[in-house]
Amino acid sequence: MEEHLLQIKNISKTFPGVKALDHVSLTVRQGTIHSLMGENGAGKSTLMKCLFGIYAADSGEFILQGKKVNFTNARQAMENGVSMVHQELNQVHTRSVMENIWLGRFPIGPAGIDHRKMYKDTLAIFEDLGLSINPKAIISTLSVSQRQMVEIAKAVSHDSKIIVFDEPTSSLTDVEVEHLFRIIFSLRDRGCGIIYISHRMSEILQISDEVTVMRDGMHVATSPAAELTVDMIIARMVGREMDQVYPPKDNVPGEVVLKVEDLTALYQNIRNISFELRKGEILGIAGLVGAGRTEILENLFGLAKVKSGRIIKNGKVVKNKNSRYAKNNGFAMITEERRATGIFSVLNIRENTTIANMNKYKAKGLYISNRKMAKDTAWAIDALKIKTPDQNAKINNLSGGNQQKVILGRWLLTEPDILMLDEPTRGIDVGAKYEIYQLMINLAGQGKSIIMVSSELPELLGVCDRILVMSGGHLTGELDADKTNQEEIMALAAKYA
Amino acid sequence: MKENRILQGTLDAMTTRWQNYKILDAKDKRLWWSNFLIKNAIYIIIVLLVIYVQIYSIRSGYSNTFLSFRSIIDIVKRSGSSLFMALGVGGIIVLTGTDLSAGRIMGLTACISASLLQNTVEDYSSKMFPNLNAPPLILVILISMAIGALVGAFNGFCVAKFKLHPFIVTLATQLILYGAVLMYVQLGTNGGGPISGLTDSYKNVVKGTIIIGGTAIPYYVFYAAIAAFIMWFIWNKTTLGKNMYAVGANPEAANVSGVSVMKTTVLIFTIAGILYGFSGFIEAARVGSNGSSTGVNAELDAIAACVIGGVSFTGGMGRISGIVTGVILLQIISVALQWLGVPSETQYIIKGVIILVAVAIDMRKYLTKK
Repeated sequence: MEEHLLQIKNISKTFPGVKALDHVSLTVRQGTIHSLMGENGAGKSTLMKCLFGIYAADSGEFILQGKKVNFTNARQAMENGVSMVHQELNQVHTRSVMENIWLGRFPIGPAGIDHRKMYKDTLAIFEDLGLSINPKAIISTLSVSQRQMVEIAKAVSHDSKIIVFDEPTSSLTDVEVEHLFRIIFSLRDRGCGIIYISHRMSEILQISDEVTVMRDGMHVATSPAAELTVDMIIARMVGREMDQVYPPKDNVPGEVVLKVEDLTALYQNIRNISFELRKGEILGIAGLVGAGRTEILENLFGLAKVKSGRIIKNGKVVKNKNSRYAKNNGFAMITEERRATGIFSVLNIRENTTIANMNKYKAKGLYISNRKMAKDTAWAIDALKIKTPDQNAKINNLSGGNQQKVILGRWLLTEPDILMLDEPTRGIDVGAKYEIYQLMINLAGQGKSIIMVSSELPELLGVCDRILVMSGGHLTGELDADKTNQEEIMALAAKYA
Repeated sequence: MKENRILQGTLDAMTTRWQNYKILDAKDKRLWWSNFLIKNAIYIIIVLLVIYVQIYSIRSGYSNTFLSFRSIIDIVKRSGSSLFMALGVGGIIVLTGTDLSAGRIMGLTACISASLLQNTVEDYSSKMFPNLNAPPLILVILISMAIGALVGAFNGFCVAKFKLHPFIVTLATQLILYGAVLMYVQLGTNGGGPISGLTDSYKNVVKGTIIIGGTAIPYYVFYAAIAAFIMWFIWNKTTLGKNMYAVGANPEAANVSGVSVMKTTVLIFTIAGILYGFSGFIEAARVGSNGSSTGVNAELDAIAACVIGGVSFTGGMGRISGIVTGVILLQIISVALQWLGVPSETQYIIKGVIILVAVAIDMRKYLTKK
């Protein structure tokens, strides 16, 4: 029995101008869950990429079960029992579950690929893990959670001893998270070493045996989870005591700005949604994934077709036929999928900041003035504290938090009255989250009204004034954020689930 | 004052670059150089080619060497005539598209322009429409551009409305247009023959020259320069241009940001069509004799020029200056190969290789280095 399954010793990696990893060491013991924490840019991903051979480490070594290993690609790592379940799942969407699991090593029979063996082997793994997924189902028909399970099954099929989870819960509902944890525990109990990367403090303490915190490419500390508190982890991650995760609220909701009456979508599953939004209010929308939270925003913003119902803004009925109508009517929307529907990754900060507001930059009614664009972008960088070398930097080179601020800046420049944010802090580190919360509260203080969709209940409770709860396309509750708790919200969210 | 600031800025940027380079270790310096070489491979190849052809032409004792004024003007002239189409297709490539119908649009408008502006005085028998009095030139120009605009708008509409890939849409319109050209050249008394014998005023407005430094430069080169300026303005100084980059970079995000993907796509295709139409008007007079094969495969050269000029097929990237450079480089290559007496078969092969290299270099920018 090898107690130390994987030892990472003194790994260093330098990129031009940046020391990404500085003599990082950690040890994963057999049958334990080892959490790796740190703000974005702390070096967690770089360390994992070095382990899987995506980057070559400058110095240091990886020792797997007493043997020095030096993988040159992820496939080699997998064949040697080191697997990773990625945050963004790399799967072939149009092919079946079993083909995805056995891709690159299909069982070959006398008549070509042996589909029957593949099916049986897949089913055996699924039964072992307690999964009820049809091995012949096409990947694109599965939920994110199910697809993640397929990835885990793939790792098991390789007889992996080390399984790395990178932000596995970021797009799962609470029920799905429970299921995931059960599976992770069963992997642990059969002797695997788990490396678990997440931003969510509560779950880290819930499932980990040991917690390693990294900061600025350096190993800060490793301690047993039992000895840690959320505040201690945050203090280690940011290098200072963080008094509060949520900034103090000083916005005061005023008169009703927006009234939604009996909103029903044409194609999407949301029915008879009615609510009010006040001036200077932050209204949260809670619910499980698929409950219709994002759909409410899409229908309000003209990204989806409304079947019936009315949207009344400042006493007047508004029809947002598409995003241009919505923009002109004073709505703004920051979508959930930053990369897919938010940023223009090949364009620079200035172009990303000004795109929703082009008509404002016409000089003499003739041509777009670069000077005016630069001025507005400078305002956004300054007001939102966007960390960037200059306006011409590609947005792709910014961290997730700063990208989010650029998109926020883009919409603030349109001077909206109603700001709709869909999972505004997803994939953003603790420090940047705090800044986003602070911005939201400041904006509400200035009289903007905010609707915020989030899967993180503490965040909703900490930032919002009122919380709407969605379940199965229905509005099942409207709660005062000061007087409710996570249990009450979850009960309402599960009503039609 | 302003120039000083710009100069200072450039100097500062160069100093920081130099300092960044100095702190690299030997291995990274080698990497820097190999990156530099690969990034500029096309330009290096062309510089070497030019030097070689220059030496070759001096050795061979030609009175005009490759780098003589006359030969440079020749390259400029050839570039001028092919620039219109590249400017048009460039915008479509920024939208992650491509346009296979460009050459056929040019061919159709060339035939129409030529048939409307045939000489009435001499060679009566070969006139396509014997009883037609040549309409005013400006009307013919407008007709050519309108036909181009119409086909372009149709292409753009199909792409944006039905979410079809531009490759498929323009493949189809290309075939439709070929049929239309074949039918058109049968009209009147023409019977499918070449359309030539153009009016003097038509030839003059295209091929008339301005003497600069003792060399005659035809008007169409100046038209190309004007077209390049107008396109530069559209790409950089109008909402349409900014929206084009946004739609090319991420259509979903553009839609959420209140950019009309439909309108942008249709307009960019329409502008491209107008440019093809105008290039048809120019080409008809420049070549003098037109038929159903006029303009065939011209779009491939235009697309190649855009790619060499750094207009990326991944979308959202590209500059007018790059397209102009790409067109000129492609012509330099053609002219140089002709100087060397390379047979036309081999020329195709060399051009093909150069396009492959250019695209491979372009793609390197988006690959994550490991």
